[in-house]
Amino acid sequence: MASITAEQEKPASVQEASPEAVVVRFAGDSGDGMQLTGGQFTLSTALAGNDLATFPDFPAEIRAPQGTLFGVSAFQINFGSSEITTAGDAPDVLVAMNPAALKTNVQALKPGGLVIADTGEFSKRNLDKAKYETSPLEDGSLAKWDVLAFDISALTLEAVKPFGLGNKEALRCKNMWTLGLALWMFDRDREPLVNWLKTKFAKNPVLADANIAALNAGHAYGETAELAGPLKKLHIDPVPSEPGLYRTITGAEAVSLGLVAGAQLAELPMFFGGYPITPASAILHNLVKMKEFGVTTFQAEDEIAAICSAIGASYAGQLGVTSSSGPGIALKGEAMGLAIMTELPLVIVNSQRGGPSTGLPTKTEQSDLYQAVYGRNGDAPLPVIAARSPADAFECAIEACRIATQFMTPVMLLTDGYIGNASEPWLVPDPSTFEPFPVKFLEDTNNPDGKVLPYKRDERGVRPWIKPGTADLMHRVGGIEKAIDTGDLDYSPATHQAQTDARKAKVDGIAAAVPAQDVCLGNENGRLAVVGWGSTYGPIHQAVRRARRKGYDVSHIHVRHVWPLPANMGDLLAGFEKVLVPEMNTGQFKTVLRDQFLVDAVPLNKTSGQPFAIAEIEEAIASFFDGVPGHAEGEVPVNDTQLPNPEA
Amino acid sequence: MNDMTPIQTTLKDWESDQEVRWCPGCGDYAILKAVQRTLPMIGADPKNTVFVSGIGCSSRFPYYVESYGFHTIHGRAPAFATGIKLANPELDVWLVTGDGDGMSIGGNHTMHVLRRNLDCQIMLFNNEIYGLTKGQYSPTSRVGTSSPTSPVGSVDRPALPCAFALGSGARFVARGYDVSKDLPEVLKAAHAHKGAAFIEIFQNCIVYNKDRFDDFTAKGVAAENQIWCTDGEPLLFAKGTKGLSLDHDTLTLKVVDVVDGDWQAADVAVHNVKNRGLAHMLVEMPFGPFPMALGVIYDDPRPTFEGEVVAERAKLIEGKTANLGKLLSKGQTWTVEEKDAAHGLMD
Repeated sequence: MASITAEQEKPASVQEASPEAVVVRFAGDSGDGMQLTGGQFTLSTALAGNDLATFPDFPAEIRAPQGTLFGVSAFQINFGSSEITTAGDAPDVLVAMNPAALKTNVQALKPGGLVIADTGEFSKRNLDKAKYETSPLEDGSLAKWDVLAFDISALTLEAVKPFGLGNKEALRCKNMWTLGLALWMFDRDREPLVNWLKTKFAKNPVLADANIAALNAGHAYGETAELAGPLKKLHIDPVPSEPGLYRTITGAEAVSLGLVAGAQLAELPMFFGGYPITPASAILHNLVKMKEFGVTTFQAEDEIAAICSAIGASYAGQLGVTSSSGPGIALKGEAMGLAIMTELPLVIVNSQRGGPSTGLPTKTEQSDLYQAVYGRNGDAPLPVIAARSPADAFECAIEACRIATQFMTPVMLLTDGYIGNASEPWLVPDPSTFEPFPVKFLEDTNNPDGKVLPYKRDERGVRPWIKPGTADLMHRVGGIEKAIDTGDLDYSPATHQAQTDARKAKVDGIAAAVPAQDVCLGNENGRLAVVGWGSTYGPIHQAVRRARRKGYDVSHIHVRHVWPLPANMGDLLAGFEKVLVPEMNTGQFKTVLRDQFLVDAVPLNKTSGQPFAIAEIEEAIASFFDGVPGHAEGEVPVNDTQLPNPEA
Repeated sequence: MNDMTPIQTTLKDWESDQEVRWCPGCGDYAILKAVQRTLPMIGADPKNTVFVSGIGCSSRFPYYVESYGFHTIHGRAPAFATGIKLANPELDVWLVTGDGDGMSIGGNHTMHVLRRNLDCQIMLFNNEIYGLTKGQYSPTSRVGTSSPTSPVGSVDRPALPCAFALGSGARFVARGYDVSKDLPEVLKAAHAHKGAAFIEIFQNCIVYNKDRFDDFTAKGVAAENQIWCTDGEPLLFAKGTKGLSLDHDTLTLKVVDVVDGDWQAADVAVHNVKNRGLAHMLVEMPFGPFPMALGVIYDDPRPTFEGEVVAERAKLIEGKTANLGKLLSKGQTWTVEEKDAAHGLMD
């Protein structure tokens, strides 16, 4: 990754550079529209053909008091001319819309990186709120970076003057001015943004024109100011990628689309029961707009009603789906047990966040793995699938629908706050290439000698799905232990033992129906396997790639089917001398692997609410080869310059 | 209820092959029979009938009815019923719950199923005690109820299920009791109501709260202490010798004597099932001089939840076709041509 500041050594006439990748962080007050700016910059980056990954970070408060440190909202994007899998370790460019944004983010900036700051916001009052005694723009404290400070507020007011907006409204256009400057810096086309603004403000053309004027003014500033200083135009070459149609997608969008596709492939209407919770609500918001695909959405009175209504819908013959985050998943636990006991299909999406309890609502963690695999009363196994990236969440959601309907079982799909909110380019798949898995309901009795046998299992241990409304197949289901085949109440010792074994065997058997575990980078055996699951994919992949370039014999294995684990998993791990498991928790998957395969899996843990930096994993890998021990207790030290910033 | 073609059945057709396992003499037996008597009367079709229950003595009910049945988890039956009914509005859904299940652990869901007005019948068996867990006082137990968890008598005030239902926005509220010969008529009216129909059924727990309702159900006092509400009829009881009249000064009900059947002279109020204010007063009547109001107390239909959901969906999808390919490629897209991809995939 080249730093743009490297270009500074060259004569001023050399204004164009072409680094491989650049990390830009936009930071401002939560009312400054930074997420929107970042989102639109992402789109223009995608349209320019760069690969990218983003990291949106916003405060838990809806509108934290203006100008405060904890009210800072940031958006980081890493884009480049080769494959990008993380949002980047440290930014090359920081756009700081006020002192608080500067204070909470500048330490993350690479030495020699560029700060763009709006001097219009560096008033005494705002400096006080950010706990600066003197203005950092003037006191020399930013000496190790390049600083470009000018009055963006005044320039914006000037640009939108002809439209007669009030001062407050006019200042709201600041983010578009800044975006215009960023577009100039990275040699981007303004047209898609202009079109987007026209659509967004279709009902208020004056606002559209004002924002467009601000965007153009920012762009023109870069173009004409010919700053002798650090600002320069950079061109990032497009990534050579697979041909086809692309769009950007967030994990929440991908899950929503995957669920719709999954229900279509099962040839079932979908019922989605949800209750608002961060960061899972986006899925409910999305599905509300997809009702033409046979989707019914139900905003329930609580998390429990959300899952219970979904189970009710599954009982009545639809694909029941519910979604939440850790605390809500905890509330759903008893109902999951009922779905396991009655053997009804159900998809449960857990967009994990930091825990326990309310924990870190807007930050990310992978600490619900035990909850997913083990977290219910009784022996209550259910399959668990984990998405590795926003785009991967699409396929994972389809897979969850397939397993749920084909095996009559609840399935949990794990994503996290990072996957849910982050976006990446996505090669739009062709639906005709998807393998359908149509559901067959039982319509005639499966027992020629008498009444229907709702719990008669097939060779995979799967019972039939019988919809109420079907003639002559009336039967009762419930949470009490039941007799083999008939499902009549029976809690005799032999029956409970047999049914417990049958439920476990059914779920264990799913291992044979999922793809064998592959090695996504490196050899099938060797000295070290770095094993991950979920959103650690990006940093692990880059770290393993860098380590391999240094000549280390290390491979990356990334697990989608967390439970049951693929049938070849034990043999695969046995082919490596050592197994390293980086996780954003205290070592949950490490424990599962140790338990299942008696393998000496070594943990690398991070529980600061931040994703791994590539360097952190690289360092841990290196310690296996150079004999230098890694971090004590396998825990990564807190990095307070990374997003999300713990101070914010 | 739903508008299906009536089906000819008999009581026997509604008996499942499962052995009924309630305590001998439990009021649940009588309620089960009343339901099995009602179902043929209303032309119900076993294949389209679903009984949904939570947990408790009452919640074993679905196992004993020859229809579809779902014995779910404690307090959550209304949520399951909501999913079932939204998935298939043609199904005729009956909820079976109790005072612990429906008013305590599941009070929240009872409230929401009523305010949403899901078309279903909700039978709340009120025995004012936790039976299945062996006799602890319940949210409807009267103050002073002795139980394993209240050895010197319970101190918390009981909830009034029908008042709770009205407060939650219920559009149908009725009362009956286990051995009442009129219970099938009440259930019939509940089924005829399109929307959530709430029926509180007083049920005698002979083991833990025996004869709790004797003050208005015992032979000698029944006539004196019960008032059966009939739409358009005067609110008379005690064989027509007493009536309920509105005290115009306090805006409350009072008991008046009726001489020679001349209820008009005594200013006895006429029952109107659409009068919500009257319903509130009837369900709140304390004991003392007042009788227990039974029968259909309130019945004023409004559009059902599932009907509104279906209509809203129709509106949202009007003119839209379900094209998955189009959905996936929504928003701003870009195309990478074959020539741009000449470098092939990366390492």
